[in-house]
Amino acid sequence: MTGYAAVVAARFRMLLQYRGAALGGLATQTFFGLVRIMILDGFYRASATPPSLGFPQAVGYVWLGQATLALFPWNTDSEIRDQVRKGTVVYELCRPLDLYGLWYARAIAWRSAPTLLRMIPMFAFAAAVLPALGLGDWGLAPPAGVGAGIAWVAATVGALFLSCALTTLAHVGVLATLGADGVPALMATIASLLGGMVIPLPLFPDWAQGLLAALPFSGALDLPARLYVGHIAAADAVWVLAQQLSWTAILVVLGRWLLARQTRRLVVQGG
Amino acid sequence: MAQIVVENLVKVFRVAERRPGMMGALAGLVRRRHREVRALDGVSFHLDAGELVGYIGPNGAGKSTTVKVLAGILVPDAGRVEVDGRVPWKDRIVHVARIGVVFGQRTQLWWDLPVIESFDLLRDVYRVAPADYRRARDELIELLALAPLLDTPVRQLSLGQRMRCDLAAALLHAPQLLFLDEPTIGLDAVAKLQVRDFVRRLNRERGTTVILTTHDLDDIEALARRVLVIADGRVLSDGSLAELRARVSRERWLTVDVVDDEDAAEIGDADARVIERDGHRVRLAFDPQVVTPAELIARVTRRHAVRDLFVENPPIEAIVARLYEGQA
Amino acid sequence: MRDALRLYFRYLGISVRAQLQYPGSFAMQAAGQLLVTVIEIVGIVALFDRFGTLRGWTLPQVALLYGVTDITFAIADALARGFSVFSTMVRSGDFDRILLRPRSTILQILGQEITLRRGGRLVQGAAVLGWAAAQGAVAWTPASVAILAAAVVGGACLFMGLFILQATSAFWTVETLEVWNTVTHGGNYASQYPMTIYRRWFRGFFTWVVPLALVSFVPSAAVLGRADASPLAAGLAPLAGVAFLLASLGVWRLGVRRYTSTGS
Repeated sequence: MTGYAAVVAARFRMLLQYRGAALGGLATQTFFGLVRIMILDGFYRASATPPSLGFPQAVGYVWLGQATLALFPWNTDSEIRDQVRKGTVVYELCRPLDLYGLWYARAIAWRSAPTLLRMIPMFAFAAAVLPALGLGDWGLAPPAGVGAGIAWVAATVGALFLSCALTTLAHVGVLATLGADGVPALMATIASLLGGMVIPLPLFPDWAQGLLAALPFSGALDLPARLYVGHIAAADAVWVLAQQLSWTAILVVLGRWLLARQTRRLVVQGG
Repeated sequence: MAQIVVENLVKVFRVAERRPGMMGALAGLVRRRHREVRALDGVSFHLDAGELVGYIGPNGAGKSTTVKVLAGILVPDAGRVEVDGRVPWKDRIVHVARIGVVFGQRTQLWWDLPVIESFDLLRDVYRVAPADYRRARDELIELLALAPLLDTPVRQLSLGQRMRCDLAAALLHAPQLLFLDEPTIGLDAVAKLQVRDFVRRLNRERGTTVILTTHDLDDIEALARRVLVIADGRVLSDGSLAELRARVSRERWLTVDVVDDEDAAEIGDADARVIERDGHRVRLAFDPQVVTPAELIARVTRRHAVRDLFVENPPIEAIVARLYEGQA
Repeated sequence: MRDALRLYFRYLGISVRAQLQYPGSFAMQAAGQLLVTVIEIVGIVALFDRFGTLRGWTLPQVALLYGVTDITFAIADALARGFSVFSTMVRSGDFDRILLRPRSTILQILGQEITLRRGGRLVQGAAVLGWAAAQGAVAWTPASVAILAAAVVGGACLFMGLFILQATSAFWTVETLEVWNTVTHGGNYASQYPMTIYRRWFRGFFTWVVPLALVSFVPSAAVLGRADASPLAAGLAPLAGVAFLLASLGVWRLGVRRYTSTGS
């Protein structure tokens, strides 16, 4: 456990060094957040029949997505991609340790450290700075209730574990395709679209809602965000956590199995 | 008329300081600290066309900085520099069209292209007339034995092969001035000899001025008639190799092979210092002005049964180290 | 000038050949790029399905705007690849070699690569534009074709200018590169939608500082026959992109001067 803490601390230090990059990342996310909100604003004004997700809720949804972007399973670890492409991953494969566990823990560190770092300034900006600039309509409102807030925190933790399960599965895919661009590109596309990063899932057609909720990606951002803005009642948080947990379990089992198969195949073939 | 004129060259770099630990990282978010490094602190020398000069010094002495200034890709803070009557960093394009530069650790050839295609591309980059290009290319291919390598992509060449190709590449446009920065680094013995041979011929037969920056003092010994020693941004010595030796130390070494190992343990002399004793070989250092070589040899052979002996200068490493120490 | 063009095309030929050396891998990467750009379309279609219009703009109209913007960005992205990766070149010291060659630095860096696989976005943009045309959004006259062509050229110049500015910032620090991505990719994203939906300060920035609105929105609005658009202004507006590019080249030269003074 101390080893894990050391890894996270080291990442913090490294991230602090690149202050420009940190600010740059913040600027990027703020920009995209504002643009998305303005686009949604344009659409909402036009329509006669408002969707179930109100505009203030949609705004909160977008900011939560930006704030927890590092948590979202849209990207893969470039170090692992490099290891696979260069072939040095073979060293890892030949070691008598639990590679899946190692990769999973790595994903947790890789996602949690930057999330904590980015979330605070993002929240501060969306919740405090925007209203101060007179753009309160587009700011991040507080949670729909204390229950909603607590539910969101719990669901975000669940989202972390779910997201890392998805990410590690993607890494296994990278290993299986020997580092080709296919898996990362596919992951970015599918996860972003089906996870609510492109547009909030409730805005998709009604016939798709059931399907979207059932897929694992909704647990990464959509479900926690909807708890925060009150689109899902806080009492229903337990169902959200159940969905996240089940999918995490399924993905972990699947990931372990596939990795074992890959390891055997690669070690036999000689990489 | 000197081809290269350097007077009181000064170059100062500002380097950002990183502070260690978590507190340091946080502090670094607020304000960065800098320190100044005087890479060149008043360097002066003149070179005539056709000279082959060795430019040596410890790491960080200012060798690469000098080369960059002479090549026109770095602007100094003070001092006067002229190459062929031109200031290198003004009119960059005119200047670099007439020089060749070889970096020992980085190739200028295109990584994925066959060697010959890199050459052809350089012809277009340097705007060499087709007939001149063909002549230069064929000559260089012959001199450096590149024929079997021409169709190989550069990334598949060994270090020695790549260096030979880089040498050719730097000369395709027939520059009169050539900078060699660590050209023999990492090369095996055979490749080193090939490179040195080529450079010597180039200088002697074509009169190309060569500035050779190197850590390998064998390069210097083999090629350079004139040696510039630089340390801490200042020129410590400028003259021939012999002068350099004389300046630092008159010391010479006598190495003796005795018949009987046990005898070796006893070899010594009042006017000489024993540097090394290894089996039946003993090495003595002496000052030829205190005892002449002939006299020392006579004394040693009188007292011991000697199978073989020779007298030599100390290697340059020792000379140069002494020079650096002297300035510290 | 002609000589410089010749050298540039030589560079391009080499780059293209190198990329097509492994056709299988290339095809997969191109497909991957295409896939990544497709998600945006799905999002827009879903939004129109639910809301119907966007401030008076219909889906075919937005599609035209989207297609033009994407084609423009794809062209610039493919051409200016050398500048996108320039920061690594500065850090590794390879820029010295560029300076040691008797040619313009811009020419050499442009010639490093033309990234064909980014063509996925170009294909998508063209497909979307084609769909918009099929929906009858545009009355095709010589004037409208000319306006759109000027928009593409002006827009490509603008984005190239932005990529050059991004690369130039690497001469000072590598830490602001991500901020530039905001302007390039973010700007592209924002200009896929009509500028009228954005607030005045946002529109102002993208009209006067980075004239994105002038090179894609204004021409597209004119071609779509929207009431407040002026075809003449639409035809001239892309010149702003060219002017921006020229200004960026000037800033680049300042950056090179700094590099040769401080030795990076």
